[in-house]
Amino acid sequence: MPVNLMQLAKEFDKKDPGITQGHRLCPGCGAPIIAKFVLMVAKHLGYEPVVGLATGCLEVSTTIYPYTAWSIPYIHNAFENVAATISGVETAYKALKKRRRIPDKKYAFIAFAGDGGTYDIGIQSLSGAIERGHKFIYVLYDNEGYMNTGNQRSGSTPPGAYTTTAPVGKLLPGKAQLKKNIVEIVAGHENVYAATLSLSEPMDFFNKVEKALKFDGPAFLAVLSPCVRFWRVPDDKAIEVSKLAVETKYWPLYEYERGVYRVTRKPRSFKPIEEFLKAQGRFRALLARPDAKDIIDELQKYVDARWERLLVLEEATKDKPIR
Amino acid sequence: MEKVYEKKAITGAEAVAYAMKQINPDVVAAYPITPQTPIVEYFAKFVADGEVDTEMIPVESEHSAMSAVVGAAAAGARAMTATSANGLALMHEIVYIAASTRLPIVMPVVNRALSAPINIHCDHSDAMAERDSGWIQFYVENNQEAYDLTILAVKLAEHEDVRLPVMVNLDGFIISHGVEPVELYPDDLVKEFVGEPKPLYPLLDTEHPVTYGPLDLYDYYFEHKRQQIEAMDNVKKIFPKVAEEFEKTFGKRYDFVEQYKLDDADYVMVALGSTNSTVKYVVDWLREEGFKVGLLKVWMFRPFPKEQIQSILVGRKGVVVLDRSASFGAEPPLYEAIKSALYEAAVRPALGSYIYGLGGRDIKAEEIRKAFEDAINGNLIVDEQRFLGLRE
Amino acid sequence: MALKGWKDIPIGGVIDEPGKAREYKTGTWRVLRPVLHEDKCIHCMFCWLYCPDLAIVQEQGKMKGFNFDYCKGCGLCANVCPTKAIEMKPETEFLK
Repeated sequence: MPVNLMQLAKEFDKKDPGITQGHRLCPGCGAPIIAKFVLMVAKHLGYEPVVGLATGCLEVSTTIYPYTAWSIPYIHNAFENVAATISGVETAYKALKKRRRIPDKKYAFIAFAGDGGTYDIGIQSLSGAIERGHKFIYVLYDNEGYMNTGNQRSGSTPPGAYTTTAPVGKLLPGKAQLKKNIVEIVAGHENVYAATLSLSEPMDFFNKVEKALKFDGPAFLAVLSPCVRFWRVPDDKAIEVSKLAVETKYWPLYEYERGVYRVTRKPRSFKPIEEFLKAQGRFRALLARPDAKDIIDELQKYVDARWERLLVLEEATKDKPIR
Repeated sequence: MEKVYEKKAITGAEAVAYAMKQINPDVVAAYPITPQTPIVEYFAKFVADGEVDTEMIPVESEHSAMSAVVGAAAAGARAMTATSANGLALMHEIVYIAASTRLPIVMPVVNRALSAPINIHCDHSDAMAERDSGWIQFYVENNQEAYDLTILAVKLAEHEDVRLPVMVNLDGFIISHGVEPVELYPDDLVKEFVGEPKPLYPLLDTEHPVTYGPLDLYDYYFEHKRQQIEAMDNVKKIFPKVAEEFEKTFGKRYDFVEQYKLDDADYVMVALGSTNSTVKYVVDWLREEGFKVGLLKVWMFRPFPKEQIQSILVGRKGVVVLDRSASFGAEPPLYEAIKSALYEAAVRPALGSYIYGLGGRDIKAEEIRKAFEDAINGNLIVDEQRFLGLRE
Repeated sequence: MALKGWKDIPIGGVIDEPGKAREYKTGTWRVLRPVLHEDKCIHCMFCWLYCPDLAIVQEQGKMKGFNFDYCKGCGLCANVCPTKAIEMKPETEFLK
């Protein structure tokens, strides 16, 4: 039976999901909501979560010594190695269970990381962990930049967005490079479950977390995590912006499972990509450019083509897993 | 009566792998790099043949090797890895994290020169770059010591008043690939000596959830580091006890340093690693000719056994220090440490520094003899950097 | 909170008090305060679901109110409420 909201509400009215109050993330930040969703589903399904976290907003704001906003086992090691660290924890569990030195519990090994620790510096350890087939889920909270240190560009920053290391200046128009497609990179490892999730679609979110937890191998969940501060949106707009991202095809909701593609949300009507850009202050300079229309048209063509490709892939790979 | 077990002619790498087999750690995560590779290969074969039931993680880099081992040790497992040179340099960031997180990891390091230029042969630049990391560091002379100290290291690392990771340094190719007879102990004896690990704050204990790796602002970092300093000081008290237990179990005596013919030695050479074997040969050679020379072999480099070294070297006529690494822009590490230890000595010996063997440059007995002769002839200049085996 | 000396804290930087962050009352950050209009509330639980600071108080699926010790006043609850049952008002209106 799929996880539903009322079940969760009744279970967690007094129960602690694993992340607590008192963390110092910005008001309205998407990251703690993502952590809360994932942990609630895990606990609801009877798992005991053990969390690894890469350096970044979520890590720094939840663990300022001597405070910790985690009431479950948690490890932060360094920026680029949460996947390797969790590999070690998961392997330790296998070893200790085999040797009967720990009671056999139903653990969920969950690595959280931002786009910094995933697309860029963390991609090697992510790739290695997936290739080795560890049983863990990797939750990417993608706020499209190194936000903890004040909005520096990452491989996930979309072109035209303002960041301090790729600013919009008199000469250069912000980030010139395109945004990497991390889910496709992970899908390239073939023997994996990878999906995009949005806070604006909670049922889809819960289903995918459940699938990831139950998947017999590594699972990768990419969640768009609006950064109210550096995307320059009002504090209360994180969910609205997530919704816009899905409706404009900027963040299509789909999953990949061992070669099979499935588009899990097919909105009946779409909004133009311009609406997504207009809603955020980080694109203001882009939109003020004289060639703004051309840039927007190109971006629209891209999201349209990418959507079409997903539909084609869904059709072509239906019931045809390769692993 | 001294116990003697069966000896086998094996390489240092095989000896270390054999020690790891007998330790049978919960988790090993290792990435191959010459000349450490045979250790990983032997161990992988043990795993494949079911001779150990260790979970082995074929990580994709040394950085991930140390990261995975940190995760495993934090989870409550006994975890080991091994590396050399640039592999050690690559994991440098996590090496510090392992020590600061007080995880009792044991890592044999097969010493090889750091790039550039790339060189796969022996020198101590790799381990010297980690001397401030907070790891306990041993340097071994031969295959037997590599085997012994890998076993001893587990007990030392996991001691409740220590809880620090240990690096066992063995010279690349010379020890790792050279064949020597090694006395191998029975499995059950090793198993009994290392005992069962007793993790502190295991992540997998969901009844007592802990947070590892928080953010320390300027209000707490200093205090956490002071704790590490205390732990290193404790090693000086705990190691003799562990060494004593090692002797009782296996019949071999280890210490902070080994004293070779030092009782009446006027001129002492100090060195780390396999070169000590050659120095012993030269000491014997010179003694036959009537010279009162001796060797102070340093086993434990971190924590630095200052007190022992002070008491041994004070009053000698000349001390010659051999360093197999350079600290560019300053005096080489072992020399600097020895000189500093002798600062307050009432009678300071003449001191001389010799850098040798970088990038695997062979060190000949004649060259070592020349260094001794410099001491004997009163030809030591404390601030002059000398080299053995370098082409001018 | 008095700062502790090096002998009085766990080794390895480990924090062995889970959820200790609850001692840090983030409610002091608030500039806007959510106000519930109970007549409009349909107990859909969206506000509870989306609050980043776990500051919505509900009992078995029935909305009760807000935990002002932690509410940072971000307004997400008001934004996601389908019946606009939550209104954000300036915190200054509630200062005594």
